[in-house]
Amino acid sequence: MANKEPLIRIRKKDDRPLYQKILIKIVFVVLALLIAALFINSVTKLNPLDVYASMFRGAFSTKRRIWITIRDTCLLLSIAVGLTPAFRMKFWNTGAEGQILIGGLVSAAMMIYFGGKMPNAVLLVVMLVLSMVAGALWGFLPAFFKAKFNTNETLFTLMMNYVGIQVIEFFVDVWDKKQSHSVGVINSETRAGWFPSVFGQQYLINVLIVVIVTAAVFIYLNYSKHGYEVTVTGESESTARYSGINVPKVIIRTMLLSGALCGLAGFTEVAGISHTISTQTSGGRGFTAIIVAWLAKLNPFIMVIYSFLIVFLNKGAVQIASDFNLNEYASDTITGILLFCILASEFFTSYQIVFRHKEEQ
Amino acid sequence: MKKLLSLLLAVLMVVGVLTGCSKPENPEGGDKPEDKLKIGVILVGDENEGYTYAHMEGIRAAMKANGLSDDQVIWKYTIGETQACYDAAVDLVEQGCKAVFSNSYGHQQFMQQAATEYPDIQFVAATGDTAAISGLKNFSNAFTNVYESRYVSGIVAGMKLAELEEAGMIPAESYKDGKVLIGYVGAFPYAEVVSGFTAFFLGVKSVFPAVTMEVIYTNSWFNITAEGETANTLMADHCVIIGQHADSTGAPAAVEAALAKGTVAYSVGYNVDMLAVAPHAALTSATNNWGVYYTYAFGQVVKGEKIATDWAEGYKTGAVAITELGSSCAAGTQEAVDKAITAIKTGTLHVFDVANWTVNGVHLNELKIDLTGDFDTDDAEDKNAIFDGYFHESEFRSAPSFSVYIDDIFEK
Repeated sequence: MANKEPLIRIRKKDDRPLYQKILIKIVFVVLALLIAALFINSVTKLNPLDVYASMFRGAFSTKRRIWITIRDTCLLLSIAVGLTPAFRMKFWNTGAEGQILIGGLVSAAMMIYFGGKMPNAVLLVVMLVLSMVAGALWGFLPAFFKAKFNTNETLFTLMMNYVGIQVIEFFVDVWDKKQSHSVGVINSETRAGWFPSVFGQQYLINVLIVVIVTAAVFIYLNYSKHGYEVTVTGESESTARYSGINVPKVIIRTMLLSGALCGLAGFTEVAGISHTISTQTSGGRGFTAIIVAWLAKLNPFIMVIYSFLIVFLNKGAVQIASDFNLNEYASDTITGILLFCILASEFFTSYQIVFRHKEEQ
Repeated sequence: MKKLLSLLLAVLMVVGVLTGCSKPENPEGGDKPEDKLKIGVILVGDENEGYTYAHMEGIRAAMKANGLSDDQVIWKYTIGETQACYDAAVDLVEQGCKAVFSNSYGHQQFMQQAATEYPDIQFVAATGDTAAISGLKNFSNAFTNVYESRYVSGIVAGMKLAELEEAGMIPAESYKDGKVLIGYVGAFPYAEVVSGFTAFFLGVKSVFPAVTMEVIYTNSWFNITAEGETANTLMADHCVIIGQHADSTGAPAAVEAALAKGTVAYSVGYNVDMLAVAPHAALTSATNNWGVYYTYAFGQVVKGEKIATDWAEGYKTGAVAITELGSSCAAGTQEAVDKAITAIKTGTLHVFDVANWTVNGVHLNELKIDLTGDFDTDDAEDKNAIFDGYFHESEFRSAPSFSVYIDDIFEK
């Protein structure tokens, strides 16, 4: 009685084996599906299984839908992976939107001015390089000011998004021939600067780019000296300085990389998917990718799962609207329940609930 | 450990059941040929947004009129003006749709791309303007002659001005060089908007000649806050009537609030009846009745015939209207409205009659419109739209093309 314990205690437990972590995740996803099912049934009187089946069809029922799901997953993934080096350094890059837009803008500019004036392969390479340079520049500015003057990078990168949006608005008006405030599909006849189909697959190049980028970033961060410097700088700048790491240099170098990868995502979107440029080109993915990166705890391979999950939910949302006339609020609710349960599962993978009697044994 | 294993097993079973059920039982992915005719519609919003709601009502009316069942029309809601539109269009084609309709201007470029790739399917970009110049046989545009109903809504506003002036209720600040100031919340400085507010202004002027109008753009089709703020700015400039070509209830709500505080201001809305948000301030709204178009277009699809490349109709076929008159409307408004509508229907009244407007003090007798899409009027294909004493709006192409500022309309 002397050492009276509370009925329930919470104990940190970060040494769970992998299978337990996965199991906990699965349990919570199932729980989310059950809660969402309850919600669907109570509000709409529909059979939740029909609704889930419809969501599934939205993402997978035709070959084309499967490819679009893969394509969109890859795009979101490439942005999340692009954010990872900066996040690993605890540099809160909220400027992916702007970096994507500016990369996309440069790609579109090349398509408009040089389409048909050089071989398509050369044009694509030039677009790829320049879009990365543009994205890197967008990342460089906040990094430079952070490194030199310790400005707040979250606000700086966020504000760079709005600069990016205005630059796009400007060029849309420059290139818009009809005063319709849209550029239209660029080179729709010549297809100059479009990703070619490979083995009959329109989006295979998108996938290849992302696979390469994801693997490269994983190796860079975990097995290179640079990656080590990034991690140390993220853990503690003082430690980094003490161990002889040039912190400003690491900050700038890492943000150049992060910006370049987001610029590359802009290139993929413009050359490989939409073939046009507008402020909608980034479509909020720069922010969604932050959620993906965090849920995956900055592990590029786990990001595949979460990118897929979010894209799947989007495709499902369109389909249940179509099949059951459930508007976006319904699908937002389902998405919300699912993300909430996944976050809750994070708690249970790192902590353990201990009951009193169990402790006595 | 055993407990864990059994839990895992249970979870796997649940997952199995779920995915088992997820197998498409009624594949609609186009891999099974269907005899039934199917039509796809791509909507920028859903029933919560007035503009799209009006389209949905029209589509439902058209389904009924053409005897189409619920499973013959596939709806895609909240499709942005992005690649998502192209994806949706192709997806609808794969589901077996013989025709695909989109309802927002920004969908057009993606619809055109899909039309190029699927020559056997008809694509319609409602409110678009590139069908004729695209040269595609399977790509069309449609627009109602909403300028006609805007003109009529202008008459309603003009009657109110006359009543207010007679009662001595127009404040001195609202007079500018002897003319009463009215305001207009425009979305974008495009021909569609310019044509609309010119028609509205001419309607006002037909009843109340001493009038001048300030236009402010929000640069958005739908932005409740911006439209409300723009209305407030116009009222701060002492505008007595606030017209609008923007899709939200922001402006009428702001006018209602100002009226309640004693400002003399009334609202003329767009798309939907604004009496719910502005019971005292709303006079009427200019609306489209898209059912007329969709009934025609779905009928063509059912018959297997081509949909007109450029469709534009107005009061004659009932494609446009104004909503129920508010309680604040002046006496005799209904009679004036009915008279104007009859005159438009019989062709004795032309909204853009050159006798009623001037540009820099001159009555125009020639105004070329751009029909090639390069936004100049130098090409051989560009045509003069003024003849027989009036500007022929929406006759050469369905989208509005009147894009000059006439005298007494200004942008600050």
